[in-house]
Amino acid sequence: MIKIDTQSVDFYYGDFHALKNISMQIEANTSVAFIGPSGCGKSTYLRLFNRMNDLIPGTRLTGSICIDGRNIYDKGEKVDQLRKNVGMVFQKPNPFPKSIYENVAYGLRVNGVKDESYIEETVVKTIKQVALWDEVKEKLRESAFALSGGQQQRLCIARALAISPSILLMDEPTSALDPISTGKIEDLIHELKMQYTIVIVTHNMQQAARVSDKTGYFYLGELIEYDNTRKIFTNPEKESTQNYITGRFG
Amino acid sequence: MKVIEQEIATLKNSVSEMWSLVHQQIYNAGEAMLTGDKELAYKVINRERRVNAFELKIDSDCEDIIALYAPVAIDLRFVLAMYKINTNLERLGDFAESIARFTCNLPDKEPIDPQLIKETHVEEMLEELLSMISLAQEAFDKESSEIASRIFIKDNLIDEINHSSTAIIAHYIEKHPESALAGLYMAGIIRKMERFGDHCTNIAEELIFYLEAKVMKHMDKTEKEANH
Repeated sequence: MIKIDTQSVDFYYGDFHALKNISMQIEANTSVAFIGPSGCGKSTYLRLFNRMNDLIPGTRLTGSICIDGRNIYDKGEKVDQLRKNVGMVFQKPNPFPKSIYENVAYGLRVNGVKDESYIEETVVKTIKQVALWDEVKEKLRESAFALSGGQQQRLCIARALAISPSILLMDEPTSALDPISTGKIEDLIHELKMQYTIVIVTHNMQQAARVSDKTGYFYLGELIEYDNTRKIFTNPEKESTQNYITGRFG
Repeated sequence: MKVIEQEIATLKNSVSEMWSLVHQQIYNAGEAMLTGDKELAYKVINRERRVNAFELKIDSDCEDIIALYAPVAIDLRFVLAMYKINTNLERLGDFAESIARFTCNLPDKEPIDPQLIKETHVEEMLEELLSMISLAQEAFDKESSEIASRIFIKDNLIDEINHSSTAIIAHYIEKHPESALAGLYMAGIIRKMERFGDHCTNIAEELIFYLEAKVMKHMDKTEKEANH
């Protein structure tokens, strides 16, 4: 089943043509990695999926991006509803200045959930889901800032999952983490893709190879190649892709 | 040049050197067998240690590149192919040594009967095998899968000589019962040469895998030719 369907997308920051005629289909319950040198447009493209670029003045989009068959850029589409469905995790862990518990409960509360027992049940469930429970179960009311970087990032993933999205966007989620924390996040991605569609931007080629089912290679705003990850990393079609992944360029 | 490119260039040089050494070993072993030159045969046996040393070095270099540089795409295929070609070259080196030992075990001043050599076509077989190794090395140096694919056809002649050799040698032993031992040795050598041809085709398959990402293993010869 196609979860995200992009057709002929062009995107501009003012006069700068950041994305050029991108068409891509992402299947549900798969993980897709976007790779490419800095400035190639991969993060810009990722941020289109939950309309994060709407906040930047002077941007313009043509083409269509459909999620579950609905064009998310149609007039009348509610951005807050979209972002409930499309969670996002950023490069640097960004917990709120609240307790561990309240960080995860936050999304539910701002969406009007008042049933404390439901909130507690969801907080515990999602913290367990991100494999953080054993590390924080004794200190749920302590500040999230007391956690390590890797723990904070898993908490941010839990926060995103608490409001039951169906898509999780990750923009270089482990670039600020040590190898052990990175390994935990990667294991988590493998488990989460059973229930969610995951799109990850990464500069780490091995990470893209390890965690994704499909990989898209971007260069200068164009989608150069999009194929099964195994194919991309063993026998890419395009020479440009091969030069990038083998480190000869970029 | 990126570090991984330097490492790959170094590995390629080592494999190329080993290739030349193995070619020389087989040439010398064949010459020693055909002429009964035991001195040359001992030289082959002594140099086998160099082949083994190359094998260990290349294995270790491949492991280092995989562990340290995590190669992908064509780089990964190159390292995997070199790892396997290394094993095949080492086996060819063993083969040269075993022919040399056979020559060393011949009674003094009694080279193999030229009639047996002629009737079994072992000399032609040897020449064909040497040309297969040279062709494979040319394909490796020029990075040409087209050249590599020519090896599959050459292997046909080796197989033909091998198939006809049993009857020829049986007939020879019947006529020359006093040379039965030499006849049996010759049968052993021809069997080894047939295996030697298989190692050459394995090498060609690995070269095509490296260059084109095509898997040719376990295809029969017609399939290989059709696929290339």
